[in-house]
Amino acid sequence: MSKLNARIPEGPIDKKWTNHKNNIRLVNPANKRLIDVIVVGTGLAGGSAAASLAEMGYNVKAFCFQDSPRRAHSIAAQGGINAAKNYQNDGDSVYRLFYDTVKGGDYRSREANVYRLAEVSANIIDQCVAQGVPFAREYGGLLDNRSFGGVQVSRTFYAKGQTGQQLLLGAYSAMSRQIGLGRIKMYNRHEMLELVVVNGKARGIIARDLVTGEIERHSAHAVVIASGGYGNVFFLSTNAMGSNATASWKVHKKGALFANPCFTQIHPTCIPVSGDHQSKLTLMSESLRNDGRIWVPAKKEDAEAIRAGKLKPTQIPEEDRDYYLERRYPAFGNLVPRDVASRAAKERCDAGYGVNATGEAVYLDFASAIERYGREKANVEGIQNPSLEKIKELGKKVVEAKYGNLFQMYEKIVDQNPYETPMMIYPAVHYTMGGVWVDYNLMTTIPGCYAIGEANFSDHGANRLGASALMQGLADGYFVLPYTIGDYLADDIRTGAIPTDLPEFDEAEKAVVEQLQKFIANKGSKPVDYFHKKLGKIMWNEVGMARNESGLKKAIQEIRELRDEFHKEVMVPGELNGFNQELEKAWRVADFLELGELMALDALSRTESCGGHFREESQTEEGEAVRNDAEFTFVSAWEFTGDPGKAILHKEELVYENIELKTRSYK
Amino acid sequence: MKLTLKIWRQAGPGKAGKMETYPIDGISPDMSFLEMLDVLNNKLVTEGQEPVAFDHDCREGICGACSLYINGEAHGPDRGVTTCQLHMRKFKDGDTIYIEPWRAKAFPVIKDLVVDRGAFDRIMAAGGFVSVNTSGNTLDANSIPIPKDDADKAFDAATCIGCGACVASCKNSSAMLFVSAKVSQLALLPQGRVEAQRRVLNMVEQMDKEGFGNCTNTGACEVECPKGISLENIARMNREYIKAGLLSES
Repeated sequence: MSKLNARIPEGPIDKKWTNHKNNIRLVNPANKRLIDVIVVGTGLAGGSAAASLAEMGYNVKAFCFQDSPRRAHSIAAQGGINAAKNYQNDGDSVYRLFYDTVKGGDYRSREANVYRLAEVSANIIDQCVAQGVPFAREYGGLLDNRSFGGVQVSRTFYAKGQTGQQLLLGAYSAMSRQIGLGRIKMYNRHEMLELVVVNGKARGIIARDLVTGEIERHSAHAVVIASGGYGNVFFLSTNAMGSNATASWKVHKKGALFANPCFTQIHPTCIPVSGDHQSKLTLMSESLRNDGRIWVPAKKEDAEAIRAGKLKPTQIPEEDRDYYLERRYPAFGNLVPRDVASRAAKERCDAGYGVNATGEAVYLDFASAIERYGREKANVEGIQNPSLEKIKELGKKVVEAKYGNLFQMYEKIVDQNPYETPMMIYPAVHYTMGGVWVDYNLMTTIPGCYAIGEANFSDHGANRLGASALMQGLADGYFVLPYTIGDYLADDIRTGAIPTDLPEFDEAEKAVVEQLQKFIANKGSKPVDYFHKKLGKIMWNEVGMARNESGLKKAIQEIRELRDEFHKEVMVPGELNGFNQELEKAWRVADFLELGELMALDALSRTESCGGHFREESQTEEGEAVRNDAEFTFVSAWEFTGDPGKAILHKEELVYENIELKTRSYK
Repeated sequence: MKLTLKIWRQAGPGKAGKMETYPIDGISPDMSFLEMLDVLNNKLVTEGQEPVAFDHDCREGICGACSLYINGEAHGPDRGVTTCQLHMRKFKDGDTIYIEPWRAKAFPVIKDLVVDRGAFDRIMAAGGFVSVNTSGNTLDANSIPIPKDDADKAFDAATCIGCGACVASCKNSSAMLFVSAKVSQLALLPQGRVEAQRRVLNMVEQMDKEGFGNCTNTGACEVECPKGISLENIARMNREYIKAGLLSES
């Protein structure tokens, strides 16, 4: 078990981080100039870490596969960012945010990490405002908040439906300043293809220049993985097309343990799949559940008529609608956590109440919100006895101001006007709670290799609450890693620059080039997408919203066969030395084909249901998830052995000293 | 749907390129424009040909990666969308569609439809920021109230996705809309006022160095901008620039 020392500091939970910071080793400013740090990925976590480390004086080399760091997929986060500011005076506190996050994660996250996250959350908002991030404000000039799922306070800060964009542009501007000063050397259109480990320590990476195709060696005293999650294993997800697991998977194969790979978040409100051509799924922000009500027809014949195009949702009277979340979970209603909402939608659709041609969609309806806001607005404007038409007109304007960009996105994709008819939504893969295992310092089991943001596993347990991904990415990058990394780098002040002509670099580069050449020389019969789509189907059907033993075993078998077929039959045209997008895809999908198997293996070994992981064998008669704390209160951390199907399981026992383990109820 | 695609193919930077013709069939009106190109590319790969290189990532209109000059318009015929949000239902069965990369000296072609927009990053590095280090001790976020109108205007300017459609649409290949969006966002907020003078001078200087043209108030950028960034920002930047020039000591 020596591999899994989480290094949680001693002391009461509210003192741990302060004590740790006070006792951690520091690197003096003159010595920081002698130390290089590589950051892979420039989203909220990587961007904020790169900027902060450079401000402190380290030499930072940052890498992103996009043509600019500003395009990392954090940009697409919509709804908001949580912080325990208690500006709304609704009883919020660091403890409450901590409690909600641990409970929301279904008691599978590490208490000390989550408490720290809640502690630094307020600093994030201060920092971002200081950078000029234009959060939504009220007429008094102060910041506005809204509510997200799984909590009963309003602690979410937002910038319309583009909060991720605004926060990322803030981090990008901080990076830009350091790039201008020469303290960050930025490598755009570069992809990390391998980690280089020298004498047991992470000392560099092998990267490919995606424009010239050149294979490059980059050395550093520490390597930070901030490359996001692996939702694209499912092919269809809300992730960007380029989002990939390669950096995380490569460090795993070099010795870093991979934690809770089966913990995947299926987001309840996405635009449903419309056909085989589809390349990605688009999220409709959880913030919409503040005002939208989710329903399906109460009568099966109505659902059938809708699917056949004979009936419109607006024609179904109130009493024939089943607002199933409000019915099943009266206390939280439409704002239950994502895993609960997703399963409930699946349950209704599986039972035959789905509302689009495929039968896999439910309604998200704004009619009552439009009316409510319209009446309020009429009141404010002093309009006596307004007509229903006037109310609706006013209400639509309010809704537009709140969610305009989301409604426009929906209309462009579906070709229906959501102000007039309810949106159709269905769950889709959105986020991965699992990731590279890290200790309290966010270091992986490879000394000098760190993982931050969605790439690590530590804060969200088995289910992430809405508006917490942005919080975690920025907490790790601005306020946690820049401190904790010093503790490790303090030993490196006399090391000097790491040479790139070491045999470890030779070997790593050789392996990378060989694999790339193999793809080009393969001359198979099928494009990469063919395999990726096939993998996605297996994952969605067997390792998706509901899992069972026989399905998982079947998935493992099918993934192994598909992987063999891929290496035999994949066709990658073009050259190694040049811009080659098919080659990029082949490399990424090769890793997904291994990671997918580990996800299934992990899901198979965890026979309880918890959070986003629902084992059909472990449920109540009403279909609610049944957790098994006696046997599964641990983090599953997998060690690579050369074959993803033969990974070795290590367990990090989770100890709850501050929160009592309870059955999660939102009823 | 059955379509004829005329696509700019160019093997690399500085190489000669030309329009190639690709007939394509079986396109659903529900596909996005980029999904239509996916279909073409998978067909080309299966036939052992090189697929068409194009930039894309989020496919929900926010990352700014996708570009494409379609039938002579940045991001195609629809308004207020990026190419990934353009759907084939905007075209008719039998159409011929011309697809070109962004055309501007400051955006050299890398391959086919992919261009280098690094100039935008360099303009940002010249001043598109507030000089504040990470610290747990900045002011409380509510200590400086900001009038809602100012905050909303700053937000509207900040929604720029840096795609470059403004440059591609401009007959002068001017980057004024892009630069003015950032200058405006920060000039409207008290946090950004302190450095407003330096910022506008440095960013404009870098913009000129990159080889972008000047603004002649044609307004094509505003029309083609997928995020509806207003020309008012250019006016604001001009005011900021003149003010900075007058007050500058050098």
